[in-house]
Formats: sequence, C-alpha cells, structure tokens
Amino acid sequence: MIQMVASRPATGEVSSCRDAYLSAYRWMLLGRILDEKFASLYRAGKIHGGVFIGRGQEALSVAIGQSLRKGDIFAPLIRDQAGRLAFGESVLEAARTYLGSVLGPMRGRDGNVHRGRPKEGYLPMISHLGAMIPVVNGMLLARRFKGIAGTVGATCLGEGGTSTGAFHEALNQAAVEKLPLVLIIANNQFAYSTPSSRQFACRSLVDRAAGYGVEGHSLDGTDLTACLKVVGEAVANARDGRGPQLVVARLLRLCGHGEHDDAGYVDTKLKQSPVGRDCLKVAGEYLVRQNWAERETLVAWRNEATQKVEEAIAKAQREPAPDPYTENWCALASKHLSEVYE
Amino acid sequence: MSITYLEAIRLAQKRALAEDPRVFIYGQDVGAFGGAFKATKNLAQEFPGRVIDAPISEDAMVGAAIGAAIEGMRPIIEMQFADFSTVGFNQIINQAAALHWRTQVPCPITIRLPSGGTSGGGPFHSQSMEAIYAHYPGLIVMTPATVEDAYSMLLEAVAIDDPVIFCEHKYLYYHLKADQLPTEAMPTGKARIARSGRDLTIVAYSAMVHEALAVAEELATEGTEVEVVDLRSIKPLDTDTVMASVARTGRLLCVGEAFPWGGVTAEVIARVASEGFGLLDAPPQRLNAKDTPVPYHPNLWAVHRPTARSIVVAARKLLRQ
Repeated sequence: MIQMVASRPATGEVSSCRDAYLSAYRWMLLGRILDEKFASLYRAGKIHGGVFIGRGQEALSVAIGQSLRKGDIFAPLIRDQAGRLAFGESVLEAARTYLGSVLGPMRGRDGNVHRGRPKEGYLPMISHLGAMIPVVNGMLLARRFKGIAGTVGATCLGEGGTSTGAFHEALNQAAVEKLPLVLIIANNQFAYSTPSSRQFACRSLVDRAAGYGVEGHSLDGTDLTACLKVVGEAVANARDGRGPQLVVARLLRLCGHGEHDDAGYVDTKLKQSPVGRDCLKVAGEYLVRQNWAERETLVAWRNEATQKVEEAIAKAQREPAPDPYTENWCALASKHLSEVYE
Repeated sequence: MSITYLEAIRLAQKRALAEDPRVFIYGQDVGAFGGAFKATKNLAQEFPGRVIDAPISEDAMVGAAIGAAIEGMRPIIEMQFADFSTVGFNQIINQAAALHWRTQVPCPITIRLPSGGTSGGGPFHSQSMEAIYAHYPGLIVMTPATVEDAYSMLLEAVAIDDPVIFCEHKYLYYHLKADQLPTEAMPTGKARIARSGRDLTIVAYSAMVHEALAVAEELATEGTEVEVVDLRSIKPLDTDTVMASVARTGRLLCVGEAFPWGGVTAEVIARVASEGFGLLDAPPQRLNAKDTPVPYHPNLWAVHRPTARSIVVAARKLLRQ
C-alpha cells in the first residue's frame, strides 16, 4: 500500500503531466486535420507538387515540438506537421507554403514540407536525408563559440535516412563535439516502399548509439505518454550537457510515402499489429479513460481545429501567387556579384 | 622578404581570425598539425579554440559550416584536397548555394579547395573542380593565380555574404613568390590583364596563367604580342574585360586545366561567340586537360594538362588562321 502511494506522482506532477498530454493531443489533432486538408486539396488538384503527411507519427512529432523551448533549434522532416505546430509554426504559414502564397516564408520559391525560418531556429529541410543534422550541429557549435549555453537542437529522420553517409558523419560529428543534439528516428517500417529489413541488419537502430558513444532511447511511438516522457528526457539530457541523444521510435506510417502513393505494399497483418495502432486514437481513448476529457470535448476540439484549418486555407488561397516578372532572379546575397544572363 | 602563395593563404586566414571574431577554421588536420599543406600552421596555437580538427567527414564539415553561418559566424572550411569536396558536394550545392534564394538568409562560408595537378598527384589528388561549382546558382568561385590575389581574394571571400569556393592551386603553393603582401586589391569579379598584347588573347586562370605568360614570353621573341587575361574569379566571370581584349586582338584562345567537356573555357568562348562574334578574325579556340582521369606518372601528367609547350602550338596555329 505504502509502495503504491510512493510510486504515485504528486498532485502537481499529475496536473502538469495531464496539461502536457492535453496540449500535445490538441497539437496532434490540429496536425492531423491540417494534413488531411492538404491531402484533400492534393486530390482536388489544388496543390502544386507533392503532399507528405505524418499520419501515425503525430505522437512522436508533437513530443519533440513540445519538449523544445523558444531559442532551441528544430529541423523537422516530412512527417512533422504536429511537431512544427507545437514548436511554433502557425497553420497559416504551413498553408501558405503548400498553396504557394507569396506571403509565406518561402514565397513560392520552395514548397510543401520545405519551409522554415532559419533565423528563428526553425530549419527548412532539403530533400537529401540526413543533410539537416550537420546544419543543426553547426548552429550548436556557433552557439558554443558565442557562449550561449542551455539550448538544444533537435532533428528528425526516418529509419531509411539512417542508411545515408550524412547520418553517420553528422551523428559522429555531434558525438566528437559533444553537442546538445537530439536525433529522433521514426522507424515507421517503410522508406517509401522499402521495408526496414532491406534498410538495416542490426537488431534495433538504438543499438547504434553505443557505437557512436551517445545515449540511446527506444520507445513505442504509438503511445503519446511514452513519447512525451522519453523525448522529454532526451531533450533534458542534451540540455544538461550529456551530449547527443539518439531516440528511436517504433511505429507505422499510416499513409503512403506521399499522397501519390497508396501504400499497397504494407501488409495487413502489420497494420493490425500493435505497431500499427493510430497514435491519435490511442491518445484520445487514454484521455477519456483517465477522465481528462469527455468524448464530446474531443469532438468539440476536432471541430475547432477543423475551423482553424479551413480559415487558414481560405485565407492562403486568396493570397497572391509569386509573379515571375517581378521576381528577383538572383540567388546571391551579394547582388553586385551576380551575373545577368538575359 | 619573400612570401609564397601558400604563405599568403595562411596569412590571410591569420588576419581574418585576428580581425573578425566570427571567423573560425574547420577541416581535417588543420589544428595543432597546421594542415596537410601547412596552410594553417601555428593558427590553432595563436587562436585557441578557433582552428578545429574535423573528423574525415566532408559532408558534415560543410553542413556544420552552413549551420554556423546561419548563426552569424564566418567559417572557413579547408578541404584537404579539392577532389574530396565531392563528399561534401550535396551540402555545398543543395544547402549552401540554395539557402539565400530559399530563405533570404545569407550563407557566408568559404570553402578552400587545394586544387589542380602536381607531379605524382594522380587521379584523386589533382582535380580542378571549379567548373562544377560555377555551374550552380548561389556560389562564387575564385581562382587566384598570384600571391597577391591568393591573399586579398581569400580575405574578400570571408567578407562576402555568399558561399565562396576558393580554388587555390597546389602547384603554385611553393613555386610562386612575391616580395610583399598587397595593400590594395582589384574587386571580385574583375579580370586582370596579366600581359598586354595586340595579336592574340589568351584567357586563363589559376596555374594556367603562368603557362600562358611563358607562351607570351616565347612568342614575343618572334615579334608576336600575346595578351594574357587572368580571370581571377570564374564566377562571376568578367566578360567585359575578355571582350575588350578580343576587340584589340581579334583572336581568342582559352586555356583551362580542368577536363574538356563544358567548363570555363567553353563558357568564355560561348559568351564571346554570342556577344562578340564580329570581333573575331579567326574561330576561337580552347585548350584543356585530356578527357581522362589525371594520370599519376610525371610523363603522362605533363601531357595530360595544358602546358606552355602545348599552348604555344595552339597559339601558333590560331595566329596562322
């Protein structure tokens, strides 16, 4: 009896734990609905280029965005809508980029998931996997040079991205420099259509942590509680000067690689296995079971999020597209050094 | 006092470190060891913590430089050999070169590429990569041919708000000497008339400038006056100076140490042909390395790249036309 009481968190901890969970759930929900809206716009032919959504990865993603603070660095990947929102991106910013509004951060020069604000520590990914890791390292190194302590850099990758040389070089670099890097791997079982068995041969990717001399964590990426706890600890460890943290989550991508892909190659048995659980559904049920929210409240939150998304999309759709005739076709910051080819 | 091209590069870095706290150097063996060519000799001791040994990870080296630049630093990356920059190619062309266009955030990094052939260097320690980098929007590509330019252009590279590929020629490291460091410099993007003449223009850059000057010297004894244009930077490329020279001479020979397909010599000829066709008294010519990997043996290497011997043959042929 005494033991049970001792292991039960104090009241304050329960409420902060509950608040974090509720907040995370609502970001997940908003991310899911925004993703679904982009997917539907894609099917309606309203989006130029591809749409890449994070269905099934929201719990992991939101845990990253929510564990970071203002002043930290975040380099998300293609399935991190929930984490982006939790880190501070607005729905409008995402909508503007997907819809090519000239008022968006990328002004039509880059689109969809390739968006960010580098000066605010929010990096716009390039398509080459693993390539953002050393950029985060460099930002952290610069902060060390400038004597800025206590900030963390987090970046995300799928299990497929761990096969790149860039991943190896950058994780090793972070380890050598003992940087406060949190590298989150979503092992979502498929890199486009290639199963994990064709991607790596080790028992678990987290075993690689020892090889790099960094701390490793593994978790069930379908469980929001685990995501918040483990990712939160990894971020705290990095902030405490314990060097790079490698976090590996098991989950299943509940969508195609992009919306052009029906993911027909995913085995039904895998979808029905524990790894195939929908983290949003699991989190919603947990909220109800804990009496932290009523079912009606979840519905109300969904409606609220839908409303928010619709408004942002409608606004972005009315905004001007980039004008090729007034565009400044100059790639250099030093305009006087650019050559004119017309 | 005599200063080599290599020492000028070291001194430029020393000055950059001394004058700008945002500057740091990152590369393999650049720290206490002073670099494979000693271009950073004693700098780690003089500037503790700012000249940092990197693991053998060119991709991560460049990536980290980009991140540091986003945070306001001015990193100098030393590639041990230009040839190894291929491992960092993705970061250079897709991340560094594209960053300002995509985000309006400048990317002031300098990547030093010890370039070009030396005797015995072989296929993987001899390459001239400038044209590949010049192909990509968002990069500046410098190819200094003199001690003075090696010094002043490297300082300029660090000051420029864009990624600069600094192609320093290994053959010139020890061969080239100057009495003193320059106190003033030509602006980036401006070519230099290395020697004036009225009969033939040879456009060259980096080590080939000196081969061209040797040819000019030889032909002068026969009464032919060759004008040698040193491009200094190949991107931006000073078409005006080239065109003005061709207007004077009517004949153009472009010489480059890189492989023959495409490249700087082709670009120069394309520009002159399209904008200054009427200035030409003979078809413009180009001379490059052979279309094979760079050979190891000195006998082969001497013939693989253009030298005064092969350039003079091409020049004479062009003068007869």
